[in-house]
Amino acid sequence: MPEPSDLAEVFRAEWARVVAALVGFCGDLHVAEDAAQEAFATAAVRWPVDGTPDVPRAWLLTTARNRAIDRLRRDQRLTQKLRLLEQQEATDQGAEAAVDASTIPDERLELMFLCCHPALAAEARVALTLRAVGGLDTAEIARAFLVSEETMKRRLTRARTKIRDAGIPFGVPAAHLLPARLDTLLAVVYLIFNQGYGDGRADLAAEAVRLARVLDALLPDQPRVTALLALMLLHDSRRAARVRDGELVPMADQDRSLWDTAQIEEGRKLLDSAVARGARGAYPLQAAIAELQTEDPIDWPSVARLYETLVDETGSAVAALNRAVAVAEIDGPAAALAIVDALDLDDDYRYLHSTRAELQRRLGDGQAARAAYRRALDLTTTDAERRFLQRRLAEL
Amino acid sequence: MRYALLINERPGAYDGFDAERRESISAEYTAIRNDERVYNGERLQPAATATTVRASGEELLLTDGPFADTKEVFGGFFLIEAPDLDGALELAARIPAVRLGGSVEIRPLLDH
Repeated sequence: MPEPSDLAEVFRAEWARVVAALVGFCGDLHVAEDAAQEAFATAAVRWPVDGTPDVPRAWLLTTARNRAIDRLRRDQRLTQKLRLLEQQEATDQGAEAAVDASTIPDERLELMFLCCHPALAAEARVALTLRAVGGLDTAEIARAFLVSEETMKRRLTRARTKIRDAGIPFGVPAAHLLPARLDTLLAVVYLIFNQGYGDGRADLAAEAVRLARVLDALLPDQPRVTALLALMLLHDSRRAARVRDGELVPMADQDRSLWDTAQIEEGRKLLDSAVARGARGAYPLQAAIAELQTEDPIDWPSVARLYETLVDETGSAVAALNRAVAVAEIDGPAAALAIVDALDLDDDYRYLHSTRAELQRRLGDGQAARAAYRRALDLTTTDAERRFLQRRLAEL
Repeated sequence: MRYALLINERPGAYDGFDAERRESISAEYTAIRNDERVYNGERLQPAATATTVRASGEELLLTDGPFADTKEVFGGFFLIEAPDLDGALELAARIPAVRLGGSVEIRPLLDH
């Protein structure tokens, strides 16, 4: 008899594949998600009694497909789709026939490109990917993005409606569109990671890593994907050391024995592989920086040089801010502060103020540092950061 | 699927173009109109020729000119048949207004 954890495991492994296969089958994301949801709910009731099926994927897909057909029958607007399906079914085995697991194509890539289509708003892409590919429910996604469940529900519904009514395609983009579309997709994955990393939501960070692993396996000739996976693994390897007693710990003060060395090793190997296969752009550069920062002592001149390349390639003011932090380690806080003061950064960017505060503190300018820490405190959204900034402020 | 490609032009986009340049842009529009996926399309007279009708209670109000002063002016449309949004995007991107400071809005048509 299966333990509940078995079903949770099957859910993690199969959710995206079941949703993807259903979208491929019925062409409607909303119907596919609902049917997949119902199939997993049925499994939760039936499997503990009947035993876990030999091929869970085939069972889930058969059940979900029948639910989808019921739903299409009930929904007037979708009956045309149903007629098309039934014509197709008539030549197959009939609608109730069990699905043969060996013939189910893996359409998760198609599903990811669907959810991350550039015609959808950026926030909708992230929410849809977490729902349709990651299997998170609306409440979980709403919590991750600090909006009400109702708002998130509307956002998802609007996005699914646009996909259906605007004819956003379910498929891997044509070769000439692929590089730009893949950039959009990877940006969504990295945003999910950063949301998890920044706010200490380990589950979101893990979800992003999982998405990147799937993508890396499905797109073996895209080293950019490997580079992003390496970048996330290298950052995530420090997770256990980043927060102590609910307070953020700066990298220099972290307990290195808490770093996940196996993950660092995997990140390094993946980065080497990505670079060897010709990966270019921001992800391999950021991964190389993260790799340097796992070494002891840290080679700051190399870190600064890589940030400089990153600034040149992306024009990112955030990268320039990070370069200043490296410069502080080489030429001292005064040189770094001069760089920071010249940056064209949004004044509401909290790390601008926390970085400035840190440099001013090291220069012995307590008054300026206090003002900057207070500004950073006003802007921070996480408790761990708040506690760290409060302690720094109290120590001045 | 059927889509409308609604073409918004930047006022004065053609200012300073010689006859040859204008003709080559016109030829691009004609080429798109002749694409087999395009089943209809029209080009409008300039916005200065517009009359806008509105109701105020029982009374009809006429305004000389377009509905509002905007950075872009609706200049014409194509009606197209494409397999999906990516197909519509491919055609829309070729419309000269896009690179001349204007924009193209892609709207799926309602099926009856």
